[in-house]
Amino acid sequence: MRLAAFCDRFTPLVALDRPLGLRLDITGCAHLFGGEGALLATLGRWMQRSGLALRSAVAGTPEAAHALARFGRGGIVPPGQDEAWLRPLPVAALELPSETALALTRAGLRTLADLAERPSKALSARFGEDLVTRLRRTLGHEDARLTPLRPPPACLVERHFAEPMLDLDGLQEVVARLIAEAARVLEQRGEGGRVFEIGFHRSDGAVRRLVIETGRPTRDAKAILRLWRERVESLADPLDPGFGFDAVRLAVPVCEPLSETQPSLDRHAVEDEAVADLVDRLVVRFGRDRVLRFVAQDTHHPVRAAKARSAALPPAGSAWPGPIPHEPPTRPLQLFEPPQPVEAIAEVPDGPPIRFRWRRLIHDVARAEGPERIAPEWWRDGSSEPMRDYYRVEDSAGRRFWLFRIGFHEPEQAPPRWFLHGLFA
Amino acid sequence: MQPRPDPASLTDLRRHLAEMALRGAPAAVGQVSFGAPALDAALGGGIARAALHEVYAPATADLAAATGFAVGLAIRAAQERPILWVRQDVVDAETGRLHPPGLTELGLDPARVLLVRARDAEGVLRAGAEAARCSALGAVLIEPWGEPRRLDLTASRRLALAAEGSGATTLLLRAVVAPQPSAASTRWQVASLPSRALEANAPGAPAFSLRLLRHRGGLGECEWRVEWSRDRQSFQESDVRESDVRNRQAAAGRDETTLQPRASPDATPLSRPVVPFPADRPTAAGGPSSDIRRTG
Repeated sequence: MRLAAFCDRFTPLVALDRPLGLRLDITGCAHLFGGEGALLATLGRWMQRSGLALRSAVAGTPEAAHALARFGRGGIVPPGQDEAWLRPLPVAALELPSETALALTRAGLRTLADLAERPSKALSARFGEDLVTRLRRTLGHEDARLTPLRPPPACLVERHFAEPMLDLDGLQEVVARLIAEAARVLEQRGEGGRVFEIGFHRSDGAVRRLVIETGRPTRDAKAILRLWRERVESLADPLDPGFGFDAVRLAVPVCEPLSETQPSLDRHAVEDEAVADLVDRLVVRFGRDRVLRFVAQDTHHPVRAAKARSAALPPAGSAWPGPIPHEPPTRPLQLFEPPQPVEAIAEVPDGPPIRFRWRRLIHDVARAEGPERIAPEWWRDGSSEPMRDYYRVEDSAGRRFWLFRIGFHEPEQAPPRWFLHGLFA
Repeated sequence: MQPRPDPASLTDLRRHLAEMALRGAPAAVGQVSFGAPALDAALGGGIARAALHEVYAPATADLAAATGFAVGLAIRAAQERPILWVRQDVVDAETGRLHPPGLTELGLDPARVLLVRARDAEGVLRAGAEAARCSALGAVLIEPWGEPRRLDLTASRRLALAAEGSGATTLLLRAVVAPQPSAASTRWQVASLPSRALEANAPGAPAFSLRLLRHRGGLGECEWRVEWSRDRQSFQESDVRESDVRNRQAAAGRDETTLQPRASPDATPLSRPVVPFPADRPTAAGGPSSDIRRTG
């Protein structure tokens, strides 16, 4: 994976070739590195430096290059000559299942040329469709696209340095310029980015990627730059230049249409905008699972009645059921999850407790209301939870609690258990 | 011979001074009133909107009450605008996590609340300061835990300045700590107060015992008893009997290690029937007299 990240500098289309290879789609990229030959040479030097042996080939289709690298001499196939280069290779180059390979050998078909001369219908009838497809792809009759490890971003801007860059301040400057450039590209396309990914390619091959996410599509260079600064400040381990960075790349993998709008004069819209900006800044600093909004859930179950959802996601969910007028709060402000066991005594078997001990402190109950019986959600799988009888109680100091009891006082049964589930204001 | 000052005129003078001090503050464009006449009168209309206020809970057990008071204040300050709540993770473990239906019960639509969960006090303060600078927010609630070294005079001054600049009422909610010097405009100590009982001795609306520890306008230490009315979205004076409260607080101080049912037969309270939830239950009209009433 690290190698794949490294090869990202040559082309965005890098795919893993399991078990031990990488495929790079260098269509239209090779000239940037001085042609296919120069690119291969560069790659070879890099690998040698990191102590890896490299077998490589460049060909018209990924399968052809793979077969050449593994079973041939490697090298660069001139365009259109794929078939000529590949015909002498053994059938093993197709990487078929071992029994098919064995069957082919038994039938006297040793090279790809032998196979190519047979009618494909007979081959597919005898050895399966798979063999023919593989053969066609390998010989360059049919082209299959790579499934890249990381899908190519919708918008990409990058800077390569002539010499490894060590100066972090200078680097900030470069990032600022990249952001401005990306903003221009996005503006031309009438789009805004939701995710910005800045990759730092170090000269020793390591790649550090930092991601900024925004709640709405944006192409405001200033806002992105501010988020970027937040991101850098919040890093637990700062950017380590090592022996210097030799490329910085800003990718915008997620884009959404964003039309040029006139700034609204409506106070609410302006405020919404300001809050969304604040959410973005907080998300960048604290992470998306730390900035939350509550979403109502349609259930009577006290614990599952509310869910906290990242504020970075678009708002969703139903409206909150309103309270009953003229009633005191029937649900606590703070909820313990899981409920805390308490020792309690009740004067009548099914009545509210008269006294309970929570956190080593005795509370004498002065007022109580209940029970409110809350049943488990029977439609949930494996919901064998017992029924709960909830009581709102107030102790003599005026603290209000939400207690519940599981079980009843019955002879020859375990005594009921009491739990403290929440605190009222 | 010097004439003794009339107590009423002295109160008037204090109020006048408090008002002047508030008017003199740079960004005292508005005030947040409590809705309780006596409280508002003493404070000269309320507390400054664009300022930092501290709410202390004297004990962990009172933190829920202090939180409720802060929510009430935030509701009055925000006026339909969003409220941002910064909470340190430890608070969830100590006092339970925030329960949105409970917010609804206090009259705050949870959809208006943004919650930021911070791992440490530094994160809490950072997020708090960032939020306090945002003028689109109605109120910011900051809830660190314990006595972080970071929360010093400088940090609170930063929060106060941010609030003054943006106009977002910033409330710092703290539990079980000794009040430290800070740049807050007011400092409140909030403890739970027995509520006005409803029919069948059910607990009533949230009630708080407030103690103003510090006031920028020069008001001395004062105490009030208020309750929060969700339907009116305001505080109102609570009329719980003084003696009743004192007796109960004395009783609550006991810390027993064994849990024994009361032995004396005449001390055992009468048994009560199971009380259903009537949807149209009127609040007890009798107020103080009804909280000793028992049915059954």
